[in-house]
Amino acid sequence: MRINTKIKIGNIEMKNPVAVASGTFGYGDEFEGLTDIKSLGAIVTKTITLHARVGNKPPRVTETPAGMLNSIGLENPGVERFLKEKMPSLVKFKIPIIVSIAGESTEEYAEIAKRLDSVREIDGIEINISCPNIQTNELIAQNEILTAEVVKSVKSVTKKTVITKLSPNVTNIVSIAKAAESAGTDAISLINTITAMAVDIKTRESRLGNITGGLSGPAIKPIALHMVWKVYRSVGIPIIGMGGIMDWKDALEFILCGAKAVMVGTANFVNPDAAGEIITGIENYLKSARAQDISGLVGKLRV
Amino acid sequence: MAQQIIAKIISQKEVKPGCFKMALLAPAIAKAACPGQFLHIRCGSSSDPLLRRPVSIHRIDKSSLEILYNVVGRGTEILSKKKPGGSVDIIGPLGNGFNIYENSGSVKMLVAGGMGVAPLLGLSEELKRHKTKSIVILGAKTKNHILCGKEFKKLGAEVYIATEDGSMGKKGLATDLAREIIHSKRYKWHEMCIYAAGPTGMIKTLCKLMEGCSLESQVSLEERMACGLGACLGCAVDTQAGYKRVCKDGPVFKLCDIICE
Ligand SMILES: Cc1cc2nc3c(=O)[nH]c(=O)nc-3n(C[C@H](O)[C@H](O)[C@H](O)COP(=O)(O)OP(=O)(O)OC[C@H]3O[C@@H](n4cnc5c(N)ncnc54)[C@H](O)[C@@H]3O)c2cc1C
Ligand SMILES: Cc1cc2nc3c(=O)[nH]c(=O)nc-3n(C[C@H](O)[C@H](O)[C@H](O)COP(=O)(O)O)c2cc1C
Ligand code: FES
Repeated sequence: MRINTKIKIGNIEMKNPVAVASGTFGYGDEFEGLTDIKSLGAIVTKTITLHARVGNKPPRVTETPAGMLNSIGLENPGVERFLKEKMPSLVKFKIPIIVSIAGESTEEYAEIAKRLDSVREIDGIEINISCPNIQTNELIAQNEILTAEVVKSVKSVTKKTVITKLSPNVTNIVSIAKAAESAGTDAISLINTITAMAVDIKTRESRLGNITGGLSGPAIKPIALHMVWKVYRSVGIPIIGMGGIMDWKDALEFILCGAKAVMVGTANFVNPDAAGEIITGIENYLKSARAQDISGLVGKLRV
Repeated sequence: MAQQIIAKIISQKEVKPGCFKMALLAPAIAKAACPGQFLHIRCGSSSDPLLRRPVSIHRIDKSSLEILYNVVGRGTEILSKKKPGGSVDIIGPLGNGFNIYENSGSVKMLVAGGMGVAPLLGLSEELKRHKTKSIVILGAKTKNHILCGKEFKKLGAEVYIATEDGSMGKKGLATDLAREIIHSKRYKWHEMCIYAAGPTGMIKTLCKLMEGCSLESQVSLEERMACGLGACLGCAVDTQAGYKRVCKDGPVFKLCDIICE
């Protein structure tokens, strides 16, 4: 039996529904030799800002039960150096490239998106409005109006597929998702990390230089699944699910809850071939379940 | 290029209370490795503890590697319970090791604080292969914490010991001894180069000690890691050129490049 794992997110054609999440796979080359990057459904870059950012003070990572906290603070070389120094190595993998972007204002989001729009090799733009590690009082993704504004301004300057990445740090994820949808985003990805802390009682200091950080890994999977499920029932556009996916079984849980594609984040650190193994696992599952097409499983949770 | 392998455990011994030496069969990694590089080790097999643990390569043989590690928490505790014949999931060799070619100095001084001794024994072996003399300073809390003294002596190194409680060698810190030797004029400064590994406090003291003198020094740094591969930017250390990744740009840095406030 021929199985089909191909899916489409906006205009991005992925040969399978498994991508690597922003900030957890660098710009790809760091993983060369440890996994077959060419086999991935897509690669999402570390978030890029207009100007270079130095990031937060160390320590920037710490471990918690079944998870980790990070407070990297969007360290990146800025859009121009990204295009010059990082794009060439990304292009050679010949898989869809989704560039994650963040700005300090609506105009900045649009400015970066405009700059990327002219680069043929870029397939999609993921709008990161949900990084918990930068000094702002409120995340854009915590406000429907701002979310819609940013999505609209990005959409107005690019023909590329636009994915909006939402934050779990909200009271009502559905209203934010709907705001992004009405503003024209082609897809929604969720979730980003959950704001969290860890304390060293010996030194009485936070275990992170930035005091607070973002929680990721298996510990957040149940929360992420719930949000994917809720959003799936309320919007019509594709959802890319992530949060604690460690193996193919986790990935299928997300697909059954409504994710058309998934992204693998923290798992890359534990097992650099995690995404590759998930792809194989999904194929085997389809074969053994005598299911032909991965799309047939999306949102098929029995309720 | 780094590889991920399931390495067979050849041996595991508790060399001092809470301190273990483990030998791993890893021909390809051993062949590619150089002193100062590290392994990223999956200590458990479940999602808690989740992340790998970085551990220096202690000794390099043709087909095997040794690590020397202290049990400080859950990850190293699990590692210490593993038995010969079993296996561990490792990625390596990672990072940039010590550079022994670039330096002109003919006398190499190795300064080890506590567990910092781990990457320095392999370095001393490599220096011996290059017929370079090494002076080794070992610092630890008490004489029971001094490691590898015999091994260094066997390599023909000149070994000095400092303990914080004075129970062996000189009372004080490894850096106190380093200062003494540097100022003794036994060696000409320009002929010397320093390699150091140890706790942050020691590196900072060394930084002050080296201020204003043009001695070449390379230090191995530690920072909390997630990926170990240079991708997550989690292991940042502040340098003259901005934040650098300990796992990819280090763990060995030139002392003069790092900011030691
Ligand atoms: C490049 C590199 C090379 C290293 N090489 C070695 C080596 O050769 N041998 C070795 O024993 N260790 C080495 N370390 C340190 C080692 O990685 C940690 O000891 C280990 O990650 C602790 O894991 P754990 O799960 O046992 O402790 P955790 O559960 O993570 O921590 C337990 C407690 O120990 C403290 N702790 C964690 N790391 C250290 C540390 N380095 N020193 C003191 N306290 C610590 C934590 O703050 C916490 O309070 C190296 C670290 C780096 C970055
Ligand atoms: C170290 C680290 C850095 C991250 N950096 C970014 C980033 O730059 N942009 C972004 O949108 N998400 C970033 N994330 C969030 C992940 O892309 C992902 O949404 C989150 O970690 C949940 O998935 P996981 O549990 O599989 O890791 C980062 C996560 C981690 C752990
Ligand atoms: S640990 Fe990820 S960049 Fe160093």
